[in-house]
Parts: sequence; C-alpha cells; structure tokens
Amino acid sequence: MDLLLKHFLSITIFLPALFGLFLFFIPQSKTRFLKFVSLNGSILTFLMTLGILCYFTGTAEVQFVEKYSWIPLFGVSYFIGIDGLSLYLFILTSFLTPLVLLYVSPEEKKLKPFLILILFLETAMLGTFAALDLILFYIFWEAMLIPMYFMIGVWGGEERLYATIKFLLYTILGSFLMLVALIALVMIHHSTTGVFTTNLLKLYGTPLGSLEMWLFLGFALAFLIKVPLFPFHTWLPDAHVQAPTEGSVILAGILLKMGMYGLFRFALPLFPQASMAVTPYVVTLALIGIIYGAFLAWAQKDLKKLVAYSSVSHLGYAVLGLFVLNHTGVTGSLVQNISHGLATGALFFIVGMIYKRTHTKKIEELGGLASSCPKLFFFFLIATLASIGLPLTSGFVGEILCLFGAFQEYGVQGFAWGGETLINIRNIIFGTVGILGVLMGAIYMLNMFQKVMFGKPKFEDLKDLEWKEVLVLTPLIIMIFSIGVYPKLLTNKMENSIDHLVKNVYKYSLTTLSFPPEALGTSGNPESEATSKKD
Amino acid sequence: MSSYLIYVALLSPFLGFLIQIFLGGKLSKTISGTISSLAVFVSFLASLFLFFEFHNVSFSHTLFSWFDIGDFKADFSVKIDQLSLLMMLVVTGISTLIHIYSTGYMHEDPLFSRYFGYLNLFVFMMLTLIMADNLLLMFVGWEGVGLCSYLLIGFWFEDDFKAFCGKKAFIVNRIGDAAFILGIFLIFSLFGTLEFESLYTSTLNRSPEMGFGLLSCITLFLFIGATGKSAQIPLYVWLPDAMAGPTPVSALIHAATMVTAGVYMICRLSFFYDLTPIVQNIIIVIGMATAILSGLIALTQKDIKKVLAYSTVSQLGYMFVAAGLAAYGAAMFHLTTHAFFKALLFLCSGSVIHAMNGEQDMFKMGGLKNVMPITYLSFLVGALALSGIPPLAGFFSKDTILAFAFAKSPLLWGLTAFTALLTSFYIFRALSLTFHGKLGNIHAHESPSSMTVPLVLLSCGTLLVGFLGLPPMFSHLFHVENLFEKFLGWESSLHLSGQTEWFLMGACSALVILTAYTATKLFSGDKAKVTALKNKFSKLHTLSENKFYVDEFYDLVFVKTAHKKAQFFWEKIDIFVIDGIVNGVGSLGRNLSILLSLIQTGRVINYAFMMFLGMILILLYLVKL
Repeated sequence: MDLLLKHFLSITIFLPALFGLFLFFIPQSKTRFLKFVSLNGSILTFLMTLGILCYFTGTAEVQFVEKYSWIPLFGVSYFIGIDGLSLYLFILTSFLTPLVLLYVSPEEKKLKPFLILILFLETAMLGTFAALDLILFYIFWEAMLIPMYFMIGVWGGEERLYATIKFLLYTILGSFLMLVALIALVMIHHSTTGVFTTNLLKLYGTPLGSLEMWLFLGFALAFLIKVPLFPFHTWLPDAHVQAPTEGSVILAGILLKMGMYGLFRFALPLFPQASMAVTPYVVTLALIGIIYGAFLAWAQKDLKKLVAYSSVSHLGYAVLGLFVLNHTGVTGSLVQNISHGLATGALFFIVGMIYKRTHTKKIEELGGLASSCPKLFFFFLIATLASIGLPLTSGFVGEILCLFGAFQEYGVQGFAWGGETLINIRNIIFGTVGILGVLMGAIYMLNMFQKVMFGKPKFEDLKDLEWKEVLVLTPLIIMIFSIGVYPKLLTNKMENSIDHLVKNVYKYSLTTLSFPPEALGTSGNPESEATSKKD
Repeated sequence: MSSYLIYVALLSPFLGFLIQIFLGGKLSKTISGTISSLAVFVSFLASLFLFFEFHNVSFSHTLFSWFDIGDFKADFSVKIDQLSLLMMLVVTGISTLIHIYSTGYMHEDPLFSRYFGYLNLFVFMMLTLIMADNLLLMFVGWEGVGLCSYLLIGFWFEDDFKAFCGKKAFIVNRIGDAAFILGIFLIFSLFGTLEFESLYTSTLNRSPEMGFGLLSCITLFLFIGATGKSAQIPLYVWLPDAMAGPTPVSALIHAATMVTAGVYMICRLSFFYDLTPIVQNIIIVIGMATAILSGLIALTQKDIKKVLAYSTVSQLGYMFVAAGLAAYGAAMFHLTTHAFFKALLFLCSGSVIHAMNGEQDMFKMGGLKNVMPITYLSFLVGALALSGIPPLAGFFSKDTILAFAFAKSPLLWGLTAFTALLTSFYIFRALSLTFHGKLGNIHAHESPSSMTVPLVLLSCGTLLVGFLGLPPMFSHLFHVENLFEKFLGWESSLHLSGQTEWFLMGACSALVILTAYTATKLFSGDKAKVTALKNKFSKLHTLSENKFYVDEFYDLVFVKTAHKKAQFFWEKIDIFVIDGIVNGVGSLGRNLSILLSLIQTGRVINYAFMMFLGMILILLYLVKL
C-alpha cells in the first residue's frame, strides 16, 4: 500500500502501457475480451487520475513528485509531478481515452494492435504532461509520435501515406529544433554553474543573454507547429481527414494540447524575456489564425476538414490568451484547451457516427438526418453550440476569458476620462478581430449543421444512436455544461499555478537576471514535499 | 420566503424544459402540454407574489458564484426591482396564455413535446435576461433566447427554407451580440465591474459626454447589440423571415418578449445613455427610420404574418425613439401595451391560418368575419389598439411617445404621427382583406377553446392595460396618477401645456381614425379600386413589396463576397501558397537527395577522383592559413 501511494503518479502513467502489454497475450480472435481488458485498463487509469484530482491541493507547488537519478553524468533524472497547469490536461487525457476505447468497434480490422497502440499512446501522453525533466519530456514527446504514425498510416483513409509523412515531417522538424535548443540550454547552464542538470525546475531562470531568443524559437516552433498556429497548420486537416475517428479524437482532444502545454511549461517560463519580445508577433499570428481558420472552415466541403479548420480558429484563442500573459488570459487559454478537447472530441465522434451510417463525410451529400435521428440531433446540436461558444457551455468560458485577458492587457485603464478620452486603437482591433472569429464560428458551424441535419431526409432507414454511442457522448456533454455553468470546477485548482507563472514571467522579464534565481514551482526538496502531501 | 420565490420563478420553466426533453416522448400530448403550461404559470404566480412583496424595494440575490478569476468577477445573481418585476409579469403572463394556445395550435405535430421543451427553455432564458444582476449574465439570457428563437423558427426543419430562416436569425443576431460583448469588455475595462448597481454608482458624478468619447463608444456598441435583438436598421432583416416558425412562437418571441430585450436593456442601463447625448440622438434617428421604413414595407405585404412582422419592427422603432428621448417610462409602457396587442394580433392570425389549413396569403382569404366571430372581434380589438385609437392600450402609450417627440422637435412629432397613419392603414388593410369581403370556397371554422380563450383574455388585457399609464392631462382631469410611471419611479419630465397636448392628441387621433376608415372601405369592397391605386404608384409599390431590396443587397455585398473570400483563402492561400511551400520544401529535400545520389556511382575510379579533389581543397585551405 505504501508503495502504491509513493509511486501513485508513476503507476497512473504506466498503467495503460501495462494493460497494453497484457493484451499481447490475448489471442486476436477474442475481440470482446480484448476490448473489455483495454477499456477497463483505461477506466482504472481514469479513476486513479480522479484520485490525483481529489488529493491535489490548489497550491502553486508541484505535487505527487517522484524523482530518481537516471543518467547522473548529465544530471538526467526520472522526475515527474503535477501542478495546476498540467492537472486538468492530465485528467482530460485519461478521460478521453476510455471514451475512444469504448467507441472502437469490435469489428475493427486488426483490433488487437489498434487497442495496444491506443494504450501505449495514453501512457506517452500522460508522461508528457507529468515529466519535469527535459530529457524525460523529450522522450515521452517523441514516443507519442510512433503510435500516432501507425494509427494514421495503417488505419487511415485513402491518402493516408501523404498525410502521415506530412504529419511526421512537420512534427519532427519542430522536435529536432527543440532538441538542439534543449542541449544548448543544458550546456549554457553547465557553463554558468558547473552543474549538469536537465531538471526543469533548476533550469528556470538560467541567464541566456543574446542566445535566449534563438533557444526560445527552437522550443516555441516545436510547440506552435503542434498547436497548430497559423501558418504552420496545414498538416492538421490532412492528418485529421485521413486518421480514423479514434485517431482524430485523440489528435484534436489531446495531442494538439501538447503544444499549448509546452508553451505553458517550457517556452514561456524558461525564456521570459524572449516570450515578452515576441508577444506582438505571436498574438498577431493568433488573431490571423482565428479569422483565417474560420474562413477556411466555411469553405470546406468535408465535415472532418471543417472541424479541423475550426480547431485552428479555436486554438488561436488559446494562443492569444496565453501570450497576453495576464491571469485572466492564461486561465482562459487553459480552459479553452480543455473545452476544445471536449467539444471537438465530441464533434469528431459524431462525424464518425454519421460516417458509419451514411458512408460519406461530404456535406453536400448529407442532409435531413434530424428527421430520423433525434438523439444524434441533440448531441450534435450541443457539440455545435459548445464549439461556437454559446454561454453556459465550456466554449464560452474559454473564449470569453481569452478575449477578456486580451482586453485587459491592452486595456483602457490609465487613459483619461472625459472630453479628451482616448480610445486605444490596438485594443479595439484585438477585440473586434477576436469577436469576429466568434461570429464566423456561428456562420460556418450553423451552415454545416443546417446542411447536414435539416432539409428533406436524403437517407432512408437511418438508425439513431445506439446506447453505446450515447454512452460515449454523454460524459463529454455533461462536462461541457458543467464547465460552462460552473467554471470554478477548473479554475479553482489552477489559480495559484497560473498566478505563479504570470508573476514570474513578468519578474524575470522586467528585472535583470541574477543567478541563482528562485525557480518557478518548487525549487527545494521535492521528495520531502511529496511525502508530506501523501500523508 | 422571498429568495425561495425567486428560485421558483426562474427555475420552474427550466424544470419544465428538462421534463419535456427527457420524458417528453413518453408522455401523452395532453399531459405534456399541461406540464409545460403549468411550469410557466407557476413562474407567473411566483412573479405575482414577488411583485406584491417587493414592488417598492430593490435588491439582488446571488444564486452562486460564477466567474471569479483574478479581478474578473461575475456572479449568477438576480436583481429584483420594479423594472425586472414588470418585465417578469409581462413575460410570464403572456407566455402562459401562449402556452395554452399552443396546446391547441400544435396538437397535430409529431414533435409536440420538443416544441414545448424549447418554449419552456425560452421562458427560462428570457427570465435570465430580465432578472440578471450583471451584464455577463444578461448576455447569457441574451444569447440563450437567440438560441431558442433559432430552434423554434427552424422547428419544421424538413423545409429547407425554414431551416435557413432560423440560421439567418441566429447569425444576424450574433452580429449584434458581438457588438454587445465588445461593449461589455469596454465597460469592464473602464469600471472594473459588470454589476448594474456598482455601474450606476460609478456614473453618479459623471457629467454628460460632449464629444464622442469612450462612454459613447460603449453605449453605441450596446445599442448595436440591441439593433440585432430588437430588429432595427441595419439588422432588422431576420425578423420578417422569422415568421417561418409556428405562429404562437412568432407571437411570443418575435412580437411580445424577446424582440423587446433591446429596449429593456437600454432602460436598464439608462444611466449610461443619459450621459451620452450623441448616442441618444443616433437611437432616435435609427428608431424613427426603422419605424417609417418597415411601416412602408408593411403596406404592401401579402402574407398576413409578414404584415404583423414589419409592424412589430415599426413599433419597436417607436420604443427606441422613446428610449432615445430619455422617456424610459414611455418606452416601457409602449413595450407592455405592445406585448398585449401584438401577441393578440399574432394569435388571431394563427387562428386564421389554422382555420385556413396553413394558408397565409391574405388575398386568398376574406369574409371570415362571420365564420370566426371570436377571432374577428379579437383581431379588431388588436387592430384598434395598434392604430392607437382611443381608448385602447396603444392609444395611451403611443400618445405619450408622440408628446415626448413634440417636446423634442415638431418634425419628430410629424414623423411619428406619419408612422401612426401608416400603421393604421396597413393593419386595417389586413383586417379587411382577411375578414371582410366575400367568403371564398373554403371550410373554415372557429378554433378550439384552447385557442380562443387566450384570445379573449388578451383582448381584455388590451382593453384595460392602457389605463395604467394615463397621460398627464388625463391625470389632471380625472385626478388619478399615472400608475405605471409611479411604479417604475421614472417621473415624467414632460412639460407641455394642456392645450397643446389636447390638440396634438386630437389631431393625430382624428387622422388615424380617418385612415383606418379609408383602408377598411378600400379593401373591403371592390378590388378594382385597389388595383387602380396600385398601378398609380406602381414603382413605389414594387419597391415596398420587395422590401426595398435590402435582403438582396446584404446578400450580394456581405454574404457572397465573404464566401468568395473564404474560397479564395482556401484554394489560393492555403493549398497553393502555404501547402505549396511545405510540399516544395519536402520535394526539395527529395530532389536534392536524388541529385546527390548521382554521385554514388559505385565506381572506384570516381571515388578516387573525389578523394583527390578533396585533398587538393584541404591543401589549398591549409596553405592559405
């Protein structure tokens, strides 16, 4: 029992992979048993993350810490922990995976390797969110690529090879730049202090001088490609269209969040001055992405491509919120991430369900589905509304907080009141452009919804959703509303970590760096804290 | 006790919605309709109790804490004061009647319970809008009613056009909503709060803005939001199309309640508008222009519901003129009376359409007077009230607005009076075309009692509600107070001499009655006269009949252009430029490797040559050192 508690986080991370290994020993033909085992494995993992949520205290410190020396020569260690920034993304991962596994049809070709891949992927994703050592993070980060590569390449659509290669090259380009920057960072840290370490918390605040911008770009590019920020987004629609439904859900729901998480965890706090310097450019790209993604979504003829481009637009808000670097904006960015995972996840599931019935994803060929599928109608409606950010859904919370953040940062405080009132033009432009995206969201989503669901029924004898499909969508819908009605569900436990992040980025970017600085999060003795948390 | 009542008033329609959505399919239509109507009726009763308990106090009550992030706070809290109580009574009262009416009107519909679910959700959202204690919560209701409107307009979604109309309503509304939220952002940046009470206190020592400052910017943005929801120029185009929905929906959402949200919002934020005279003038101009334009369009429409729809737009214009004149009491009064008589007119038209098996073209009706006496009399009451013929509801409220307009400028009075004539003309045209003349070859019948009882009740309301807000000279004459303004606490600031007011009122009423008579005479009798008149003004008639081509203009300038842009972005920028570069880089790498692989010939002599070349290069490099 003691062992379990001490290594709770590690066990949670590796549990899915363990079940994946177990699947190897089950014969291919026992499809139901295979599904049963994998589903139970992921549900167990989810329950364990719920345990983490319960015991997580809302402080800024990293909790559930485990740290073991791994390659002492270079100061590499197995160092994991959870804080307010990673907590909900961690839970989102373990929340979506069981739904994906539940969705997998037992008749799927090559079922066994498919399930194994999903379980291994879950471990890699959980590990990425928990890793606090740069090398460990890099390993998990790259490990995610392999299952994803196979998922698109083997179970994908017609042009899967083009899509896989594009996806892989794009991502690897970013990863290699990150690796170079990572090594450089460790070397610089060594040359200043004489200590080799890849411990993230110790690397915070390393003075980098003129190199800071280059290193920042190395990290940021890898993450921004993954987000994806305009103009690095063209891999996304191809990957989505070719990926199987399960792959699309994981891709949109979790993998894209890796990029945002990387910015939160690495790019911003490691290189505060550089991030402050590039803010205007990144924000501009984010705003372009919001509008551009929306316009492109409007022009699409394929359901999946439409949802993929809408992701470009929605994650533009998340980038905007993050880079305005104030409490409201950063919170909004995190919430928008979660919300996008839920709403877009639901949308991709629904597209899959529609495809299963009609064997088409072309908007023009669909129509009148609402007549024969009332359940599908309601679920699709709610997911659509969450996507266009209707109040009381999670989408509203995310978008409104990001935009509020943008408004505050470039806000009108300090301007004179009365006759000589000045209106900050930049502020108005930000607001207007951001709002325009919300408006466009309504246009392309409702346009699509009308064409697919309304009108004369074009298909006969369509079956409404089965109970299993209802079971897949219901948790997503419940979460969408819960967050929309009571955002504190999320924001309460992330508050302090975000506060910490924002304050420190400001502090480091405004003062000249002195060494050694206080690090972000825990600097001192993680082990003792970890034990004290578990008592 | 009191807080308990607030929960009942707000949540009972929501409970009804949940029951309809989750259990609706399993309940019989009678039970389903009863539950739904009851849910709203309970809310009405609760509002009534609240009214008697709190008609002279104002307080807010927090249900739970909603947003609390950094310095950004907004609670889920409701405000109970005179303004919200009045709106609650109007909304829940009229909703109850329309729910009862719907049980008859929608009886044949297979999606009966879904309809009532939407309707209940609408009432909940409308109550949220009204009772909200801060702007963000108001925005929840604001968008929520838009959603219900979308769902109900496109309720018969198998018809492509109806689904399109629903979408159009939502999107046009969202344009307004976008401006509304910008206004909210600006308010928060400026005052650091969104609560009405704190906003009010922070504006207390401001003096009105002389130029177009930040506050004007805020009020203008909020007003643009109002033009979306309340169908004013330039965003009114969705409301006539919204008539695609079931008629009770048109009565409830698109006449009595939702579309008045913009007026309510301006009255709620009157302290802001009082500080921005420029925006007030903009509101007057927009309201007036909308009133006249839609009045002109209503003159020639053939569809009975379209006439009423443009009439609604026109009457909302009146309310905005009043709001722009800072006559908030008058605006709210006209809102209340309009809710009664316009809901009545719509329900009558619904009754007619029901009887005519879905026919909405007035030129195919006629002579229904004797077949449907209750509907006819109710429509007559509604028409008289709408025209502002004394002593019906519309007379008092319209006359108050006219008096305020005269106090501002005689020209404005002239324009409002002209609109009054238009109103009287088109509504009596509709009345005559529908009910007078010869009965066609149709089997029309009076509607069931579930539909006629609400008609009678609303007629009584229309007859009586006007007396709540007697204009000043009546008050002097009969020694009664203007109950309405007293209740709202907005003392009338109008200073006109008794004679002027009597004269204006008399002149206007006489003209209105004359117009009504002319229209009835013209359209009840010989159709040849009508045709002659039509030919005389054929150009104007075509313009009016085609709604001045505004929809076509919007479609061409905004929708088509934007969609072309979208296509361009996708095909030219995304596929050609960005992906071109990406694929270019990819193929560059491959071509380069193909090129380099040419060197790998496998012949020893070539490699030896390469080695030799390399050695020479190294030597040259060393020598240079």
